[in-house]
Amino acid sequence: MDQFILNLLVVGATFALYIGIAIWARAGSTAEFYAASQGIHPVTNGMATAADWMSAASFISMAGLIAFVGYDNSTYLMGWTGGYVLLALLLAPYLRKFGRFTVPEFIGDRFYSLPARLVAVLALIVASVTYVIGQMTGVGVAFSNLLEVPSHIGILIGAAVVFFYAVLGGMKGITYTQVAQYVVLITAYTIPAVFVSLAMTGNPIPPLGLFSEHTASGQPLLERLDDVVTDLGFREYTMNHDSMLNMTLFTLSLMIGTAGLPHVIIRFFTVPKVADARWSAGWALVFIALLYLVAPAVGAMTRLNIIDTIYPEGTDNPPVQFEERPDWMRTWEVTGLVNWDDLNEDGRVQFYNDDSDDFAAEAEERGWEGNELTVNNDILVLASPQIGGLPGWVIALAAAGGIAAALSTAAGLLLAISGTISNDVVKGWLAPNISERGELLTARIAMALAIVLATYLGLNPPGFAAETVALAFGLAAASLFPALMMGIFSPKINDKGATTGMLVGLLFTVAYIFTYKGIFFIPGTNFLPDTSEYWVFGIATVSVGAVGAMLNFATAFIISSMTEEPPEEIQELVESIRVPRGSGGAQDH
Amino acid sequence: MSENPSASAYWKANIRIIRICLVIWALVSFGFGLILRPLLSGIPVGGTDLGFWFAQQGSIIVFIALIFFYAWYMNRIDREHGVDEV
Repeated sequence: MDQFILNLLVVGATFALYIGIAIWARAGSTAEFYAASQGIHPVTNGMATAADWMSAASFISMAGLIAFVGYDNSTYLMGWTGGYVLLALLLAPYLRKFGRFTVPEFIGDRFYSLPARLVAVLALIVASVTYVIGQMTGVGVAFSNLLEVPSHIGILIGAAVVFFYAVLGGMKGITYTQVAQYVVLITAYTIPAVFVSLAMTGNPIPPLGLFSEHTASGQPLLERLDDVVTDLGFREYTMNHDSMLNMTLFTLSLMIGTAGLPHVIIRFFTVPKVADARWSAGWALVFIALLYLVAPAVGAMTRLNIIDTIYPEGTDNPPVQFEERPDWMRTWEVTGLVNWDDLNEDGRVQFYNDDSDDFAAEAEERGWEGNELTVNNDILVLASPQIGGLPGWVIALAAAGGIAAALSTAAGLLLAISGTISNDVVKGWLAPNISERGELLTARIAMALAIVLATYLGLNPPGFAAETVALAFGLAAASLFPALMMGIFSPKINDKGATTGMLVGLLFTVAYIFTYKGIFFIPGTNFLPDTSEYWVFGIATVSVGAVGAMLNFATAFIISSMTEEPPEEIQELVESIRVPRGSGGAQDH
Repeated sequence: MSENPSASAYWKANIRIIRICLVIWALVSFGFGLILRPLLSGIPVGGTDLGFWFAQQGSIIVFIALIFFYAWYMNRIDREHGVDEV
């Protein structure tokens, strides 16, 4: 069968599945729409959380991020998983006990303050909207590169599918589609990885293969990789090159940002009991780890594979003739994600690090006039079935997996946005007397508008789209996580302390990012160049969320100690969320 | 504030176990995976060293173990202090 038809069939079948689930899991009340009536099994919720969390970036980009940098980008692996320990120990069980529907609602009630609630709404919306843009463009990338469907049509199809199940089913519909999407994405990710690992190391389990012997050379795989990359002037794969302070703060920012992201937190409102919220965080991390343990193996093996196919005679001999280039180059040069430019006009593909001063002499001696091959990070995962020579249906599955990863995360973000608009802005502030039916309708309208906005931004991504992930994690880390944690662990923190703390964390983080990236990311409006010698203590903009969080904590403690204690009933509220007993069912209010 | 002696003992037990878990959490990631990696460089693991393994695999496996241990341990503490859900 033609690959194009096969791709369409597989992706079409997954879409039909999502729509079928949506019709089966319609939401009839606000409790179902916001929190699936707190009736989701902890393992089911763990799986849905894994799909909710693993975005287009995890599925498509992460293996490439590790492959082309090596050890230093282990920060992504630890940062994006370590946050679940914080979530399980510090937030999820208590917020589940609190038993309401949104993150700003907890902040507003605990700090008995509408301004605190609205600051939390602002942080939630900015973090979630910036994040959702990346998901919509990710859907477009998967469609255009794998299905040969123009990117904008792909985005519109994806948005229509999300519209259907998210507006109809709310949290309930989203939960069950996320479970289906998890199965699709993990199958798509692991099958090619197993074959690649088997071919390169003889071990079918990729995380074990990573630390095994490379069959072709008889050397350990990582030692072999270090040898070939340094032969071409690249930095050693397994060694540390970045500043340790920056790596530590970056990892910490990702961890507390992960724990503070509202679309992840609200998933833990859907389980029946407080104990389930604890177990569920463990299951979520198990399902996430299936991908996160495979990704570094895919990264290292594919990097070695790429170099081996460019230098079939070894790195000491001339690289391959362009006319005899490997198949993966032929396929991907069409998309522009692989580029070859014959600088020295010898008809061969020189692939090396032309930024290395140490390697410059050798390059000159070999008659090389610059690196001729650029490989985009993102093709690593999408091309791995082809590099492994796998059958057509596996390639089709990779497309369905990439789309599933993007859609499941988009739906979770859209629910967080629409829930906060109907529950916190409309019911909590503008129209407190709205009826249950009115609130449900508002939630659906807010969801529909959020999808239209996300689609528009996906079709016309602002120039800064790639930069905004740092902003989303930075905001969640610097504003929401500290407020939630202090709300549970420090009964003496009052309204003024929490509100000022959130504002200080938020403004500091935004100001630091804008200083180097430009005001609202507009090029040319930055005050300082975005390079390490200008960063304060060498702290990169992506790592600053952890510093913002510390300022938030410090400000809240100082202001609270200078102003009056929280009222009696708030201290009692804190006492009550600390014990599991009496968690009860969904509270309609 | 209602000073229930059992509730405060329960909370103390909870804080104690959270502290222990977070020390291990930090040790395997920021410690073995990043800052203390040079100390582990003598221990070879598959072509590299133990610190690299912790950074790319070990920390994640320990994170999972920590969450399941905490969930199991807290269920026991919940029952012992009579605050479990019925």
